[in-house]
Amino acid sequence: MNNIDKDDILRHTVSVLVDNESGVLARVIGLFSGRGYNIESLTVAETDHEENLSKITIVTSGTRQVIEQIKAQLDRLVPVRKVVDLTIDGPSVEREMALVKVAGEGEHRVEALRIADIFRARVVDSSNASFVFEVFGKAGKVDAFIKLMEPLGLVDVSRTGVVAISRGAQGL
Amino acid sequence: MSTKEMTGSEIIIQALKDQGVDVMFGLPGGVLLPLYDALFKQNGLRHILVKHEQAAVHAAEGYARSTGKVGTVLVTSGPGATNTVTGLVDAMMDSVPLVCLTGQVPSSLIGNDAFQEADITGITRGITKHNYLVKDVNDLGRVLHEAYYVARTGRPGPVLVDIPKDVLLSLGTYKTPGKNSAVEHKSYKPQVKGDTAAIKAAVKLISKAKKPLFYGGGGIVNSGDAACMLFNQFVKMTGIPCSLTLMGLGAYPGSDKQFLGMMGMHGTLEANMCMHDCDVMINIGARFDDRVTGRLDAFAPNSKKIHIDIDPSSINKNVVVDIPIIGDVAHVLEEMIKYWKADQCQIDKKALDKWWKEIEGWRAKDSLKYTKSNKVIKPQYALERIRDLALETKKDTFYTTEVGQHQMWAAQHLCFEKPKRWMTSGGLGTMGYGFPSAMGVQTAHPDALVVAIAGDGSFQMNLQEIATLIAYRLPVKCFILNNQFLGMVRQWQEMFHGERYSESHIDVQPDFIKLAEAYGALGLRATTPGELDGVIKKAFESDLPTIVDVRVDASENVFPMIPSGAAHNELIMGPEDTQNTENGGSVESGVLV
Repeated sequence: MNNIDKDDILRHTVSVLVDNESGVLARVIGLFSGRGYNIESLTVAETDHEENLSKITIVTSGTRQVIEQIKAQLDRLVPVRKVVDLTIDGPSVEREMALVKVAGEGEHRVEALRIADIFRARVVDSSNASFVFEVFGKAGKVDAFIKLMEPLGLVDVSRTGVVAISRGAQGL
Repeated sequence: MSTKEMTGSEIIIQALKDQGVDVMFGLPGGVLLPLYDALFKQNGLRHILVKHEQAAVHAAEGYARSTGKVGTVLVTSGPGATNTVTGLVDAMMDSVPLVCLTGQVPSSLIGNDAFQEADITGITRGITKHNYLVKDVNDLGRVLHEAYYVARTGRPGPVLVDIPKDVLLSLGTYKTPGKNSAVEHKSYKPQVKGDTAAIKAAVKLISKAKKPLFYGGGGIVNSGDAACMLFNQFVKMTGIPCSLTLMGLGAYPGSDKQFLGMMGMHGTLEANMCMHDCDVMINIGARFDDRVTGRLDAFAPNSKKIHIDIDPSSINKNVVVDIPIIGDVAHVLEEMIKYWKADQCQIDKKALDKWWKEIEGWRAKDSLKYTKSNKVIKPQYALERIRDLALETKKDTFYTTEVGQHQMWAAQHLCFEKPKRWMTSGGLGTMGYGFPSAMGVQTAHPDALVVAIAGDGSFQMNLQEIATLIAYRLPVKCFILNNQFLGMVRQWQEMFHGERYSESHIDVQPDFIKLAEAYGALGLRATTPGELDGVIKKAFESDLPTIVDVRVDASENVFPMIPSGAAHNELIMGPEDTQNTENGGSVESGVLV
């Protein structure tokens, strides 16, 4: 980390464990917009029904000082239980899923299927003139797949945003 | 612990009593009728009926800041709730513990644009420490106790609880909290004790300093009387000079020779030069606000910095520090003193003497001096007379201010020996704060001398509360330093905008004597320095709320001044010293805030 300049913009994935109560997502999003922080991706879902917990995964960017501020500000919210920076607190895995709709005929259709096979994307819907693929992987892989589909008749994309978890035996 | 069946309204009354609330500031309305009915049927909880909800919040702030307890506000839904917004932001910025109860339309109508419906939890989400919408009467007691706990612990702040009318009416169970009223919250656990290694490192750094400085803030006052005592002890033990922020005034005795006066934009020369030149800065409960730091890249360039704060997000927010210590000031100082004694730390006496000699050189320039006059009342002179004559009354004296020039002069020329005697809107800079705040202070301290220092602009933002002062026999003394201008705006226009006084002159204002009399208060006026003492004495002797119109020199400016975006050593000493306005603070040089 020592060769990072203080003005370098860094991309971090932050995992936030929150009490699953009304308004908690609005608190987190409001914090980002109110203080001018970036959100590149955000996912949220309940992860523990018994304990009433949700996990929010945020991909954000900023200088090192800003990233530290973001974590401190998140931690200050009353319903936030824990904030973990998956980018620096040990190794982690990140995944994203996308549904990609491609419309076309003839050669384009064949080419789309061929690329989908390389990316291990599955066809989840098909018509005479279109496919819907589901593709999993790191955000970069999803980006690459979408880019390759562009000339083949890309019409629509839905992405889940990044979910991430630390490697090893420890929980959050 | 006992459990009882009660209506929502009764639960609120009981929970407030169990929290030790003795007074609240509020104004009823449609959805709150069941609660006001329950209030009518009980004794022990006082309600101060204000004329405007914003004033209720500022009054609760005055109450909270002068007592160290949580202030309580009660307002109705819709406009009642939205009128509290300015006060809530003010409390958030200045870390004032408040609980604001708002009525809400019945649950079944929420979201239907019902009469007097406003999404107040949505509106206040970012401006409160936390807020709640209570939909189930059985949650009400727990939420209220949690609200008071969250408001007063950690870095204090405002908490809003929104309660629909049907919840007030329905029956639910209420659990009396145990003796130890600390709430076990699953997520909210403020850190109180500082890290020992960091504290030890800080002590070592201080003991090696040659030009150290204590930079104390409102966090010391908020931490409590014990923290102020420990702070005094540590400052005295070490012999290190001490300066305070606007919010910290009173945390260290203003008359002590180790005190350098306030720092920052309108701080003294000695305080700001020390900030610039120090080699070790010990920030205790302050937040490196832009009004204190000036230009960040020129801020205390040769110093190592220690920062004690209970709020982890205050650390490294504006200024990157060398030794951060997260914890409550009283706890951390207690440890620091312990290690200082245990390690038999000695500061380099020779270096410190040299440092003090430098400081005395700056102090000798008397940066708060002003040109005296026997024709017009200089605002600084008026404040000196108010200060000295208040001292003669031998009463415990509390000051509140509005925002602007008068506020800075008050901070400079009044003298605070004790904490919790100075209530001013620091972070938000809310005009209209001081007068209602004084009302809250007087409610908490009926026998004290409560003085509101106002400007003619600010006073008119919440003057309707004269009626409340009369109604509850709260003999607040309000001195309007009347220059017929929005004075601070005028000063900046003079200095940075080519003397173009755009919309800062107040052409029409009421006759403040007649205004006071219309409400049944005492109205006085002083127009010459000769009249001043007599008028102040008359105000202090009266049992009535008193409004004093002090006609002051309109051309007077607040000095010293660090122009926005300048460094501490580029401070302007007075009107004859304007070279820095051209390079440091011209409008063209950047964004002035």
